[in-house]
Amino acid sequence: MNLPLLYDVALSLLLARWRQTLVAAVGVTFSITMFIALLSFMSGLNQLLDGLVLNRTPHVRLYNEVKPAPQQPIDRYTAGQRQHNFIRSIKPSDELPRIHNVGAIIAALRHDPRVRGVSPKTQAQVFYNVGTINLTGTISGIEAEEQNRLFAFGDYVVAGNPLSLKTVANSIILGKAAADIMLVSVGDVVQVTTVKGNRVQLKVVGLFQSGLLDIDKVQSYTSLATAQKLLGEANNYITDVQVKLYDFTLSPRLAQEYAQRYEVQAMDIQTANSEFETGTFIRTLISYAVGITLLTVAGFGIFNILNMMIYEKMDTIAILKAVGFSGTDVRRLFVAVALAIGLSGGGVGLLCGFGLSALIARVPFEPASLPTVHTYPVNFDPLFYVIGGVFSLVTTYLAGFFPARKASQIDPVIIIRGK
Amino acid sequence: MNPPALEARQLTKYFDDPVRVQVLHGLTFALGRGEFAAVVGKSGCGKSTLLYLLSTMDTVYEGDLLIDGVLMRGKKEAELARVRNEQIGFVFQFHYLLNEFSVLRNVMLPGEKLGKFSRQEIEHRAYEKLKILGIESEALKLPNQLSGGQKQRVAIARALINDPLIIMGDEPTGNLDKKNGEIVFDIFKQLAETYHQALLIVTHDPEFAAKTHRIIEMEDGRIVNGAATGPGQPQ
Repeated sequence: MNLPLLYDVALSLLLARWRQTLVAAVGVTFSITMFIALLSFMSGLNQLLDGLVLNRTPHVRLYNEVKPAPQQPIDRYTAGQRQHNFIRSIKPSDELPRIHNVGAIIAALRHDPRVRGVSPKTQAQVFYNVGTINLTGTISGIEAEEQNRLFAFGDYVVAGNPLSLKTVANSIILGKAAADIMLVSVGDVVQVTTVKGNRVQLKVVGLFQSGLLDIDKVQSYTSLATAQKLLGEANNYITDVQVKLYDFTLSPRLAQEYAQRYEVQAMDIQTANSEFETGTFIRTLISYAVGITLLTVAGFGIFNILNMMIYEKMDTIAILKAVGFSGTDVRRLFVAVALAIGLSGGGVGLLCGFGLSALIARVPFEPASLPTVHTYPVNFDPLFYVIGGVFSLVTTYLAGFFPARKASQIDPVIIIRGK
Repeated sequence: MNPPALEARQLTKYFDDPVRVQVLHGLTFALGRGEFAAVVGKSGCGKSTLLYLLSTMDTVYEGDLLIDGVLMRGKKEAELARVRNEQIGFVFQFHYLLNEFSVLRNVMLPGEKLGKFSRQEIEHRAYEKLKILGIESEALKLPNQLSGGQKQRVAIARALINDPLIIMGDEPTGNLDKKNGEIVFDIFKQLAETYHQALLIVTHDPEFAAKTHRIIEMEDGRIVNGAATGPGQPQ
């Protein structure tokens, strides 16, 4: 075939005008570098922000809300009759916010193939006693191991060991802000008063920081058994069942399914945090838009340079045609010129993009809400490199195609006779 | 019997811009193998137009053109390019060498395009052609390092590389001094007589024309003299 010859001629044309070639290639390099760095950084940041929510929040939360009985006694009496009852000031039925038959539900959920894990939780309202002052607070009784495995609980424990909840009896992990107010640290003992008036002494085994001050002031963690003891309830008293799924996009459907099957309320993560998904989508959209704009601008650069090259090389094109190169050959020749610029510029761009991402990933970044993060988050997803590579080739091909087609249509007779 | 290298039947050409003007009026003639013909006539009589039609580069015409007995009408652009590559060598008034390539590579290029021989063979053949033209010592220079006469000889070598059936020239000696013009003429003559290639050369130079086998004289788009095969034809 003629392709090697065409590539050879294309290379000679490029080298004869190496300064222009370099400028065009640098344009592509720059845009691909920025594209990769921008997307890696944005995506890393997105993952971090989503992680803030997704990691801590159960995909489906089962609970039992305090609410009035759906069927009031009067309804039973008047059922089937053509009348309507208006009742004011209905009080909730005398039921605790516990989930009934929770042992069986948890066992069934753990057998569900779509479920990654289940972590039960018992919420208790308490007062932290600081001298004569009482601070309101919430203590969540959790299974430390499961909570750590499913919701990265350990990441937010800034002092002490989260697993001590299990090993140390009557232990508590205090919110960092609450601990600061009470002037206690790991190893000290705090006293809490339950809603029923019991006073309990708990040993601080760790400090917890979510990054949201209002939460850190009130929220504390203890073991499931301790929480149940604080409330004076039996060991089957569970207020929340937190479910983590393999695929969190299933959560709305499963929430509905579980609510129906187990006769509980179920909240899916999408409903609970709808604004996060929107934010992620918009940020991704913006970074792709900027990246593609960069590549398009680089494409116009190549387009211009090729157009100029074709005007300069009119004679060359005419003579190539006169000695037997067809229009198709000429078109391939200039497309090859464009692709050579795209390939070399794009290849270097991918490397530079990787380098720049690696550099960003080393810049110190200490967000208060994320004690485990120390540098800027960067997502080294190979997909970005594939997109960048493919897009640089497509842009340069398109940028080369139209000038190349123009070159292929040049009439040699007009050029040669014009002299 | 071999068909004529080149045959034109009732070739008619119009220029449409800005108004429709007929420049060629039904030209009919044939050019045999080994025949060395000069096309002469005043400026604007249609010599060059005819030449570009015959070279297959200009495809807008009426009538028929046969090269080596094959009708050119209806061939695709790529097929015509192939015909130009294989059977026609063209020498222009201006040398049109590619300055990006060495002299040798310029000569090799149509051969590489044809792809009939290996690269080494093409290189060897290119050296041979340069030797025939007496410029093999300049092979590795760039075209812009050569004199005008040398460049024109390189252009002729390039036209010869595929051993074409026909060599066409549009005033190939027009830009050369007398001495170089004579050298080029001698080369052409040798090609016709030794290698039996057909030559069709447009020229303004009556001296040059007088020494060829046959003179085709044109006037206002018609052949007024030399349409029939001339006496100088060897066959």
